[in-house]
Amino acid sequence: MKPYRAVFSARFRMLLQYRTAALAGCATQLFWGIIRMMIFAGFYAVSTATQPMTYPEVVNYIWLGQATILLTIMHSDAEVRSMIRSGAVVYEMARPVDLYRLWYCRAVAGRAAPLLLRMLPIFLVAFLCFGFALPASPVAGLLWALATVGALLLASSFSALLTITHLWTIAGDGVNRILPMFIYAFSGMIVPLPFFPDSLQPLLRLLPFRGVADTPFRIYMGHIPPAEAVLAVLHQLAWTTVLILFGNWLLRRGTRRLVVQGG
Amino acid sequence: MAQIVVENLVKTFRVAERAPGMWGALKGLARRRHRTVTALDGISFTLREGELLGYIGPNGAGKSTTVKILSGILVPDSGRVEVLGKEPWTHRIETVARIGVVFGQRTQLWWDLPVIESFDLLRDIYRVPSDLYRRNRDELVALLHLEPLLDTPVRQLSLGQRMRCDLAASLLHSPRILYLDEPTIGLDAVSKLAVRDFVRRLNQERGVTVILTTHDMDDIETLCSRVIVIHQGGIFLDGTLEQLRNRVSSERRLIVDLANENGPVSDPDAELVSRQGRRATLNFDPGRVSPAELIARIVARHEVVDLFVENPPIEEIVARIYSSCVAEGSCSAEQDRSAQP
Amino acid sequence: MGPLRLYFRYVGVSLRGQMQYRASFILSAIGIFGGTGVEVLGIWVMFQRFSTLRGWRMEEVLLFYGVVGIAFSLAEGVGRGFDLFDGLIRQGEFDRLLLRPRGTAFQVAAQQWQPARIGRLAQAVIAFAWGASAADIHWTLPRVALVPFAVLGGACLFYGLFVLQATMCFWTVESLEIWATVTYGGNETGQYPVSIYRRWFRGFFTFIIPLACVSYFPMIAILGRRDELGSPVWFQLLAPGIGIFFLLVSLRVWRFGVRHYRSTGS
Repeated sequence: MKPYRAVFSARFRMLLQYRTAALAGCATQLFWGIIRMMIFAGFYAVSTATQPMTYPEVVNYIWLGQATILLTIMHSDAEVRSMIRSGAVVYEMARPVDLYRLWYCRAVAGRAAPLLLRMLPIFLVAFLCFGFALPASPVAGLLWALATVGALLLASSFSALLTITHLWTIAGDGVNRILPMFIYAFSGMIVPLPFFPDSLQPLLRLLPFRGVADTPFRIYMGHIPPAEAVLAVLHQLAWTTVLILFGNWLLRRGTRRLVVQGG
Repeated sequence: MAQIVVENLVKTFRVAERAPGMWGALKGLARRRHRTVTALDGISFTLREGELLGYIGPNGAGKSTTVKILSGILVPDSGRVEVLGKEPWTHRIETVARIGVVFGQRTQLWWDLPVIESFDLLRDIYRVPSDLYRRNRDELVALLHLEPLLDTPVRQLSLGQRMRCDLAASLLHSPRILYLDEPTIGLDAVSKLAVRDFVRRLNQERGVTVILTTHDMDDIETLCSRVIVIHQGGIFLDGTLEQLRNRVSSERRLIVDLANENGPVSDPDAELVSRQGRRATLNFDPGRVSPAELIARIVARHEVVDLFVENPPIEEIVARIYSSCVAEGSCSAEQDRSAQP
Repeated sequence: MGPLRLYFRYVGVSLRGQMQYRASFILSAIGIFGGTGVEVLGIWVMFQRFSTLRGWRMEEVLLFYGVVGIAFSLAEGVGRGFDLFDGLIRQGEFDRLLLRPRGTAFQVAAQQWQPARIGRLAQAVIAFAWGASAADIHWTLPRVALVPFAVLGGACLFYGLFVLQATMCFWTVESLEIWATVTYGGNETGQYPVSIYRRWFRGFFTFIIPLACVSYFPMIAILGRRDELGSPVWFQLLAPGIGIFFLLVSLRVWRFGVRHYRSTGS
């Protein structure tokens, strides 16, 4: 476990250094948050029917989204990608560490540090200026933290998967270009999931994507009550496990292919 | 006819200072401290058409800054410069259209394109008339042996091949002046000779004025009739190679590799510069003891496996010039006008 | 060779280089199509639940989305050189541009085209077509002409923003993300009629970054609606010209930036 911990902390510390980037990122998130608030306010302005969420709930959803947006943007590990391209990945394969675990830890660390740097200032500003509310209850808050960690693990398993697909050059490019947008859309970042047509709700509930955004957000607001929240977190973990297993399998096939082809 | 005139050229830079550590970085976010660096401290020289000037000096001395100002890229603080009758930085496009510049470490060719396509693109950029272009291109390709390389993308070329292509590229538009910034750096021996040979012929047969910046003493020795030594923003020596040699040939270096490590190595007429393992480096003055004599003495006293005689590196020469002039009390620029052609 | 011909020569080189990777281009285009197209999905989903957005119907919103999307994707595809200018400066390659007897803005502009952005263009065109067919528009000649004029103005505006973003690199290569907020954020903002936004926000995107002039006002004229913000019709017809003016101003700022670079070195 030691080498993975070392890799994790090194990467974490390195990313903490990117303070300017984090600050600039906050500005972007604030801008988007403000726009989305105004757009949704525009929708609610002339509305008679009951909606799946109230406007204050939507506001919370939006700001939770902007604060944790880094959990919803899926991308592969750029360094590993160039290593695969250049062929240097064979050196990684020769090391006495489990490659999947290594890449997974990198993925987690790669998100955790910037996430922390951005979350706090955005929450603060949103709370002070834009009506962002505290969690529905202390239990909700706790479960939200748990679900956010779950989201982190889930998102990282997606990232690891995307990284692994680069072992197949063209297919890897394709998956990397197309999968992230599905995840982003069906996690609730474009429109909160409850607004999607009722006919789609069962599908959305089944798919893993809601785990990176919708699930923790609605737990926070109490929209998903604590009992159901536990199930939702289990849903996250179940899918994470599936993706990790799949990722391991895919990696083994990919590296074998690389070895057979001579790198 | 003076082609390049430089008079009292001054250029300073403001460099941001960063305090180390976390606290320093935070302070750096609020207020930046600046330090003024003088790159050029009022230098002056004139170049006639057809001269081949060696422009040498240690790193940070101001060589690149001078070349950048002469090409019109950089605007100086004060001073007068005329290149082909025009002030370079106020007439950038005119000036740049009539000069060629080659940077040793960067290519001006397009990375993914075959060499010949880069050439064609340059023809269009420089608006070279087709017949002139074809003549230049064919001549340069022949002189630099580029035929087998023309269809290769630049990224696949070796450093030596790329340098030859860059030389050709810089001359496609028939410039009267060529600035070469470290053209032989990192090249293998064969390529270095090819580059030097080409530059010499270019200068002697076609009368192209060349300013050559280099760290390589052999470049200077084989090519330059005139050298300017620049150090810390000022000119130290502006004269012929002979004059530089007179300063230099008082220094030679003998490097011996001994069979066994122990045992001191010394000689009354030589100074031990370094002693590492089996290798001893001695500085000596050929005026006091000839190389042959010194070698004979050392070999008689020690078991020598291998030996070399060489010139000390140019930084050392210039540093010694500087320190010797500090000792003598005269640090002004030396210009021996009688020696100019 | 004149500048225009040379520009297209550069473009040809860039396109040929990129078309070598055919499969990658197609996948890229599809990815961008989908990645940007999910916004349309979002609009559709919301309008299933809500009947109007402050009085605007879905078809009308799609018109705004489409026009801004087309303009932005054109600017993005053509202005990639400025978008990636920070890389050029970091690698110290700008000197090489100064050593050529051509304008620097011209050379940067000619650098790289991004044909894969056609993905964004395609979904914007589809959205616009959808909106145009569903909305009740009385197409007169001035209105038809207004569409390409608005697109041109918008493309110039976004292109100008890219130029300004690149100009910042002469002073610092960090914190570029803030500027990207304005470019890509401008695209987001323009997707909806600016009348739905708060006054200060609207003001910023009308007077400082004239986004409203290249989307909102011309679209109002095309839809034949009375502008609740009170603009006269002649202004709505001429407004996209402000986008072109913005680009010219940006190029002036660029020249100022180059002068600064040449005084301080790299």
